[in-house]
Amino acid sequence: MNGVKQQILEILSNDCRTPLEQIATMTGLGLVEVAQCIDELEKDQIILRYRPIINWDKAERQRVEAMIEVKVTPQRDFGFDAVAKRIYRFSEVKSLYLMSGNYDLLILVEAPTLKELAQFVSERLSPLETVTGTATSFVLKRYKQDGVVFEDSGEDTRLAVSP
Amino acid sequence: MSERFINPAIAAVPPSAIRKFFDTASTLKDAISLGVGEPDFVTPFPMRNAAIDSLLDGETQYTTNYGIMPLREEISRYLMERFHVGYDPRNEILVTVGASEAIDIALRAILSPGDEVLIPEPCYISYQACTRFTGGVPVQVHTLAENAFELDAGDLEACVTKRSKVLILSYPSNPTGAVLPREKLEAVARVAIKHNLFVICDEIYSELTYDGFTQASMASLPGMWERTMTISGFSKAFAMTGFRLGYLCAPKPYVSAAAKIHQYTIMCASRQSQVAAWYALKRGRETGYEDISRMRESYNQRRRLMLKAFGDMGLECFEPKGAFYMFPSIMKTGLSSDAFCDRLLQEKAVICVPGSAFGDSGEGHIRCCYATGTDKLQEAFERIAAFLGTI
Repeated sequence: MNGVKQQILEILSNDCRTPLEQIATMTGLGLVEVAQCIDELEKDQIILRYRPIINWDKAERQRVEAMIEVKVTPQRDFGFDAVAKRIYRFSEVKSLYLMSGNYDLLILVEAPTLKELAQFVSERLSPLETVTGTATSFVLKRYKQDGVVFEDSGEDTRLAVSP
Repeated sequence: MSERFINPAIAAVPPSAIRKFFDTASTLKDAISLGVGEPDFVTPFPMRNAAIDSLLDGETQYTTNYGIMPLREEISRYLMERFHVGYDPRNEILVTVGASEAIDIALRAILSPGDEVLIPEPCYISYQACTRFTGGVPVQVHTLAENAFELDAGDLEACVTKRSKVLILSYPSNPTGAVLPREKLEAVARVAIKHNLFVICDEIYSELTYDGFTQASMASLPGMWERTMTISGFSKAFAMTGFRLGYLCAPKPYVSAAAKIHQYTIMCASRQSQVAAWYALKRGRETGYEDISRMRESYNQRRRLMLKAFGDMGLECFEPKGAFYMFPSIMKTGLSSDAFCDRLLQEKAVICVPGSAFGDSGEGHIRCCYATGTDKLQEAFERIAAFLGTI
């Protein structure tokens, strides 16, 4: 990928609402060129979606999150992909990663209540015949997500005027 | 009573003109500052960690006066690789408390009372003051906005007298962001050689140049190494202002002279800062200076943003290719730069530094630093535009 697209990705990953015109000025490109680059990035599925990072605790929405370490039996000819596909189809699954180490898959799940989350693990995930074991850890507090610190005052500690 | 005791040479030097803005600014809550003179990046973590490790290892003692040898060796390699200037780490490099100390001791090592120092203006605020502290005589060499604040060799030569001893050169420039193209630097070098001038070259912003421009180092030009002191540091390129670490490089006799002052007054720069700086250069060498590239690209994006904003507002500004400042003209408002900044702060809570703080040639301009988040920059542009509408 060319340097210009990298620059655009950098700007959008910092603030995906940056206006096209501002991106054009910052990169020294024309408006049409920037729009075309973004279009290509979207078509190539490099940019998948534009979403805010939300501090749900402040939004007063009831939700329970957990990280589940899952051990599975990989399937002949499909490896882990088929199992992963089976798991990520559950709407409770927000993220799913194939991991190295003591377990195979790491799932981030989210449910409105503890009971529903428990039901997901005991009634939907664990019974899958390829799943050989799970270890669930609940998220107690989020400090930082995608590079954003949740309770950062954002205060500029520099002197307001310096030579 | 104090008049009897305070050294008249010190009393005669006015305090920095930016001070009063600092005092007012600190009373305003929603002020946006374009008046800072430092990066908005925190020092990259690996360098901070190197300093922490050094503390944990109990490295809490003095270092040698010249600075730890691994750092001097890295500085030597770095200057050769990046700027094609060679200095022997054993006796041609002195590690200082920021480039600021280096400027002070460089002038004290070279000047005798009455010696004239040629200072292209607008310039960093300490050159005149440090010259006067030594009893030297600052001589202004004006540079002009219409020449992109590049030093003209003819203008320089016109200011040379029998007492001229030193030229202080600093490109990329604080406050203007100007750079000096190689052919103009060579012309300046010819004047220095012809009139037997010593050059103190403050290259603190050398890494921060944009759109393919590279600032040549004065000491790399033929016949200049032997009459040049190269000063730089870690504050700007490596975002390490609070570490206060710089260096001074020159042929051995000059470094020895400066080291004498350093030895008696400072002893040595902070050991933890030296370790962090050593790690900054080592890591830079091993990663292709990726931290600098990343920060430079970010400054460049904001430089373009500010240039366009000033253009849209109708504020005349040449395109600066270095540092992280813009120096637009506010002459059409009919206000002095001091009055402009005063009113802008009082009425719109935006802090800029009046150009006059950087010498007489800076009058009619304001210094705006773009090393600030884009959201704050956009807000500042809106406020400045609104302010211009009220004048």
